[in-house]
Amino acid sequence: MTVAQPLLAVRGVKTYYGKIIALKGVDIDVNAGEIVTMIGANGAGKSTLMMTIFGNPQAREGSITYEGRDITRMPSHEIARLGIAQSPEGRRIFPRMTVFENLQMGAAVRNFEHFDEDLEKICVLFPRIKERLQQRGGTLSGGEQQMVAIARALMARPKLLLLDEPSLGLAPLIVKQIFEAIRELNRTQGLTVFLVEQNAFHALKLAHRGYVMVNGVITMSGSGKDLLANPQVRAAYLEGGRH
Amino acid sequence: MASKPTAAPGRDLKAAFKEAGFAALVTLGLCIPIIAWGTRQNMDNVLVLDPRWDAVAWAVGIVFVGRLLVALRQQGRREAKAAVRLLPHGTIAFFQRHSRLFSLFGLGFLVSFPAIAIGLAGWGGALKWIDNFGVQILIYVMLGWGLNIVVGLAGLLDLGYVAFYAVGAYSYALLAKNFGLSFWILLPLAGILASFWGMLLGFPVLRLRGDYLAIVTLAFGEIIRLVLVNWTEFSNGYAGISGIPRPTFFGIPFTAADDGFAAVFGLEFSPIYRTIFLYYLILCLALLTAFVTLRLRRLPVGRAWEALREDEIACRSLGINTTNTKLTAFSLGAMFGGFAGSFFAARQGFISPESFVFMESAVILAIVVLGGMGSLWGCAIAAIAMIGGTELLRELDFLKQVFGPDFDPTKYRMLIFGFAMVVIMIWKPRGLISVREPTAFLKEKKTISADLVQEGHG
Repeated sequence: MTVAQPLLAVRGVKTYYGKIIALKGVDIDVNAGEIVTMIGANGAGKSTLMMTIFGNPQAREGSITYEGRDITRMPSHEIARLGIAQSPEGRRIFPRMTVFENLQMGAAVRNFEHFDEDLEKICVLFPRIKERLQQRGGTLSGGEQQMVAIARALMARPKLLLLDEPSLGLAPLIVKQIFEAIRELNRTQGLTVFLVEQNAFHALKLAHRGYVMVNGVITMSGSGKDLLANPQVRAAYLEGGRH
Repeated sequence: MASKPTAAPGRDLKAAFKEAGFAALVTLGLCIPIIAWGTRQNMDNVLVLDPRWDAVAWAVGIVFVGRLLVALRQQGRREAKAAVRLLPHGTIAFFQRHSRLFSLFGLGFLVSFPAIAIGLAGWGGALKWIDNFGVQILIYVMLGWGLNIVVGLAGLLDLGYVAFYAVGAYSYALLAKNFGLSFWILLPLAGILASFWGMLLGFPVLRLRGDYLAIVTLAFGEIIRLVLVNWTEFSNGYAGISGIPRPTFFGIPFTAADDGFAAVFGLEFSPIYRTIFLYYLILCLALLTAFVTLRLRRLPVGRAWEALREDEIACRSLGINTTNTKLTAFSLGAMFGGFAGSFFAARQGFISPESFVFMESAVILAIVVLGGMGSLWGCAIAAIAMIGGTELLRELDFLKQVFGPDFDPTKYRMLIFGFAMVVIMIWKPRGLISVREPTAFLKEKKTISADLVQEGHG
């Protein structure tokens, strides 16, 4: 165990959809400055965990603490104000609004302080976005939309960034670009990232630590390297799926 | 469609006839219960059925010929698919590039409309034009713009908007009659009351979206109307409220009396002064609605409305309080409905629940949807077409000479409405003005046609 308190601590969280249990008691630590990933198959509960951290749906049992504060019962918009930003599953950018407006929406939490400065940074990080600023969100390609979704989350200047399957449906080259950007953010700005992924190979290579989730329970955890080398993980998530 | 692959690209008459025949058959099936028998009651209160097979034959014949022509036309176009354009390419873009100029021109026209009407139709004839066309259309433009906040910007489908119109009208009527308060005090008060009711409706429906929200708001509109009908001690039921005080020119009444408007200003008495005053009043109210909408769109709350329309989950994860966002949209939209309602009551001098039926909600919603959700220009054009069109039908007296003295063109209003809506939904499924102007720009304005965005997204 680390001596310092983790930035985000999830303890024994159980989440239900109606009567169906989706998370059966999950424990996770995300320390400041880390990239932590969670891998698992479809329907394992990865996205549910992500949404539970964000308070929609709320956990029925267990607790979620962020910077020592209990956020288990907090509404989503207040959680966002604490410095947690999320790029939700399926990107969910605003299709009829321009990329510029999408980014503005991200900065709303911070009352548009540092907007121009942050926009500059985003344009350096994702040069593609700079070209597309005046274009409607819905007219972008999947990869560009993903970049916008991450950029929009970054506009809130978060301490903790939650990314839900940023590689979903994207070409390998774009995935590489996006993961490179995440690594860059972590290295230069010390951004803490919690990444949920099906693309286990890339995610584990990127992350400092990783968790494996099966059917709503954490079955394995360890450093990214160890998990990559683990024969069970290789058999279940990497062999044959490695591209 | 059953079309055989023929060697020659000629027209397949048989297929076209088959299609037209089928359409005619459907029409016949629909017409038998609806048109084939006219119903009336005779002297002994017994229902009499008058067969009207000639009307059925006409309907079936028209559908058959029409469908045949459409089918043949489509066959001819199968290779070279040339779209029919009512407007030359780039017209909308042109209007948008010069939208400021057109706005100024439109504003100038609206301000000088009474003068133009008087100039063209004379003092006697102008009254009808200013009242039936000017005031009437502007009421609906304002209602459309008010509902546009809820439906067009925040994306909350509201089928009971007329309820807030009714709240505004009854607030003014009851408070003015019973407490003698003036129009200028009651106008904001009616707006506040309506927006309070908007919030009241907003709370229970916070979790609903789309179809479910539409049903609940529809029910809300009916509840308000039924309360007004049945609570006779409060609202005088179906009989309505008459003798509602009319607005004054800052204290000077529009009467023929010695202290009336005409006498004070040394003019000859004419009812047209009041109408002109009402015209400018509703023009100011409508412009206020437009101004507030335009300003709010550029503020965080307006952008939050639009984001809410696009994606509620994304909104929450960006730290937007969706509860407050929805409630502000509902209450603000309702407030403008309330303003329009109190104006309506002051203009008519008489209100009854008959004026606040679901049909009104439907017309207002149709104005917003036909105009293109979120577009102020679109709303205005749609209101002019729909309300002005209805009023124009009354003017078509020459049709009486063609179809006989019993012919009443206003009876065909709904038929024409329906037809226009079908045509517009085929021609422009996203409404007349379907491009959305961005609220923020880096260097220059640039709009991208909505055609590039998938249907159903916003």
